[in-house]
Amino acid sequence: MSVLELIIALPLLAALAVWLGAPARAASLGATLINLALVFYTAVQYWGKTGLAFTHSRPILDNPSLSFAVGADGISIILALLTTLVMLAAIWQIQDRPAIFYVSSLLIGGGALGAFLTTDVFFIYAFHELALIPTFLMIALHGRAEPALRKAVAWKATIYLGAGSLVLLAGLVWLVLEFSGGSKLTFDLEALRSQAKLTPLPDAKQAQIFFVLLLGFGSLVSLFPFHSWAAPAYATAPTPVAMLHSGVLKKFGLYGLIRIALPLLPQGAHVEWVQNALLLMLLGNILVMGLVTIHASRLDDTLANSSVMHMGYIFLGIAAGTEIALKGAVILMFAHGISIALLFGLCGRMRNQLGTLEYNKLGGLATHAPAFTVLFAFGTFASIGLPGLTNFAGEVMIFLGNFTEFKAGALTSLQWTVILALWGVVMSAVYMLRAYRGIFHGSPATGLFMIDPAFSQRVPFILLATTLLVTGCCPWLLLNLMKSAL
Amino acid sequence: MSVFTIEAGLALLGLALLLLEAFKPDISRRTLGLTAVAGTSLALVLFIFAPHDSGSLPGFIQPWHQLDSLAIFYKGFALVITILVLWLTLECAPYLTRFTVDGKLAEMFSLPLIVCTGMMWMASARDLVTVFVALELVTVSFYVLVAFARKSAFSLEAGVKYLILGALSTGVLVYGIAWIYGATGTMSFDGIAKALANPATSKTTALFGAAVLLCGLGFKVAAAPFHMWVPDVYQGAPTPVTAFLSVGSKAAGFVVLTRALDSFMAPGSIIGSEIQALLLVIGSLTVLLGSLPAMFQASVKRLLAYSSISHAGYLLLALACRESARFDLSSGGIVAFYLATYLPMTVLGFLGLGLMRANGLGEDIKDFTGLAKRNPLLALLMTLSFASLAGLPLTAGFLGKLFVFLGLADHGYWGALTCAVIAAAAGFYYYFKTILAMYTTEGTDVPALTFSGPAKAVAGALALAILILGVYPKPLQKVLTSDRPAVVAK
Repeated sequence: MSVLELIIALPLLAALAVWLGAPARAASLGATLINLALVFYTAVQYWGKTGLAFTHSRPILDNPSLSFAVGADGISIILALLTTLVMLAAIWQIQDRPAIFYVSSLLIGGGALGAFLTTDVFFIYAFHELALIPTFLMIALHGRAEPALRKAVAWKATIYLGAGSLVLLAGLVWLVLEFSGGSKLTFDLEALRSQAKLTPLPDAKQAQIFFVLLLGFGSLVSLFPFHSWAAPAYATAPTPVAMLHSGVLKKFGLYGLIRIALPLLPQGAHVEWVQNALLLMLLGNILVMGLVTIHASRLDDTLANSSVMHMGYIFLGIAAGTEIALKGAVILMFAHGISIALLFGLCGRMRNQLGTLEYNKLGGLATHAPAFTVLFAFGTFASIGLPGLTNFAGEVMIFLGNFTEFKAGALTSLQWTVILALWGVVMSAVYMLRAYRGIFHGSPATGLFMIDPAFSQRVPFILLATTLLVTGCCPWLLLNLMKSAL
Repeated sequence: MSVFTIEAGLALLGLALLLLEAFKPDISRRTLGLTAVAGTSLALVLFIFAPHDSGSLPGFIQPWHQLDSLAIFYKGFALVITILVLWLTLECAPYLTRFTVDGKLAEMFSLPLIVCTGMMWMASARDLVTVFVALELVTVSFYVLVAFARKSAFSLEAGVKYLILGALSTGVLVYGIAWIYGATGTMSFDGIAKALANPATSKTTALFGAAVLLCGLGFKVAAAPFHMWVPDVYQGAPTPVTAFLSVGSKAAGFVVLTRALDSFMAPGSIIGSEIQALLLVIGSLTVLLGSLPAMFQASVKRLLAYSSISHAGYLLLALACRESARFDLSSGGIVAFYLATYLPMTVLGFLGLGLMRANGLGEDIKDFTGLAKRNPLLALLMTLSFASLAGLPLTAGFLGKLFVFLGLADHGYWGALTCAVIAAAAGFYYYFKTILAMYTTEGTDVPALTFSGPAKAVAGALALAILILGVYPKPLQKVLTSDRPAVVAK
């Protein structure tokens, strides 16, 4: 049994045990801690290596050829680290909630790990679907809104993500049919990749398939204009679900584009009509959603919309397709996952203690809750892109990655997009700093009182903030895991 | 012991139970039920160890009987579903007896054995006469079973509807057989395939016969537009019978369809392309007319009835995709695979319904409210069943659908594929609406639900089967491809 199989199985088994009556908190935390240790172990083992490692394959069907194949390269390991870190924080911060909170967190995390660590297209898709189900259920059942409203929000997300998944499935099946060769259908990503290298498709066809995949994966990542499910879903979702979905599961679409679409269809993203469509859509994410976020009047709205907005930068890295931009995209995926999970976690705690998240009712919390304020500041500055925190490293690499070939006076459409996208950084600063100032500084609002959480309840947030600081100051820690060309 | 002997023994056991109940009225239903379950289980064990080749059959039966991988699979399938239905009947007995005239259930334990014999017989049929006789053995027994809860008006209504439409479809079926005989001069499937490959055969006559035959069989498998009886009959029939109808009767219809289509659409057949077009149209219609109305059902039993129609549609679409060099499974093999995945998830769903009924609950979606709180295990199992019926990856239901979709895509039947995808999307909606209800907690200060140890064991086994088939289908594939030559790479 490969270590990766163990990593995937552990949360799922823990979820089953908790549902059937095992002590919820102990079992979930125990499984997640062991999992974090295991992922850390694989990261150390992989340190400085290249290519696919820890591979193990169990054939489950001959023809069409399907196998439960696991394997990890640097991207998978970075995302697995992200998943386990966020899962630990999300589970740790649960307080006085029924067992279903632990079960769903474990299922979402386990599904995400499955999607990131398997190398068979069938299972990559399947594990993501598995993780989506508890997300919907938790929003509909335990969302922070009236029953009718939260059900509507959950259905909206279900319809968008369900439709996106079907489009994605169509795209994947198309890939499989094109690249399997004449005799046998295979879902094995490595086999498909070698076939794609051997006999690449004509550019026009690559563009078509890439576009279908972009729509499918894109809807899962809230690519503009398929984003309108995301903000209400995150604002409504229970805290651990918001942390896990916005932090981890949403990265699946980006992972899929980098892991499946780009290697199999290397020219797909560069055919002019696809590239222009992608650039327009991601500018929609950055500029339109940036403006929307500035107008939000509640903290959960701000965070939810900002999380949609920041996806635009990662898409920009994918659109550029250069080595440095893609690595930047992966680092930003990691950074965004950690920082948004930190912010949603703190936001959920505020809602529990204060009962409101409206800016015009909040103020001056720093005097009563200094530690909380510091932690929140980490999230705020990370999401603005302050140097020293991970997000900065990712964003800079993405922006620079678009300028590897630079001729003054003859900017490409990608480079123009970067110039426009830079305004998004300004917008992030505007809404995040305004939120931070409005909530924590100024005169304390009357009738609202908040104290710092006990130390044991600070641990998950300290963990996330420390991660941001460490990988922000030493991004080579992550880059060393991605030595092979993407 | 040859397979033929086992089948004959099963029929005799059914008759014996019937007579026993008639001449010894004070025998308890538990004894009867357990005897039936034990007898069928014994038959299953004997069947597994019996020789599985046509040569092992008695000589006089060989012209009409074959034992290929498909026949072996469907015979095993029939035995398994019969055991489950008999057991489910026992489990639901206290509730069911309230609706029978004399408070007894005798025929409920003997008729399924007769049905099982019919299904096993049908799986081996080599000609249309055998098919007809076996099919009628199954259908006539079902007429009785559907109307069994006579004190319930619903059950009576269901019985009458099923009887009238069933008799009509039988007539249509015989009419079709007659035309095919007229066109080809033979009843045997091999002979028909040979005659249809001969350009001298009258195409119009053969096509008309085949189309009429498809109409007759379409009723049995609930294909559109012959599906209208399904919701009412499924809702009215006792739950174990509904499960039997939904799984057993459907499998029976499809094994016949597989055999008939294998000869109608054999390579070189003069009517092959027309029949294929017909199947694509019927299949597309069936998935849509099953799935779309299901979205608006309040009763879970009715919802399952509509979903069973749409599953029939996927199966028809699988039959429309003939041989592909890129698949090990033939279209008949895909149908068999799909039915194998369909068995545990459907029976588990009906088992859950039956258990809820036995606890005094109704069958509407609103009765599922708060099930997770009342019995977490039952909720988990039902979730698994519905998720698999919806086709969630990692469950058995996904693989069956994936094969159908891949087949359609491989052949380039984009229109049918679109219909199938729309139906699958609708499926996600209505199954997850029910799952959502189970986990809703508002206003549910309701007592816990209990169910017996054996019920837990059976439900757990079915759930395990769903998961195992979902992640490790290789052994099943092996059974279904055992006698096929390896696919030659082109």
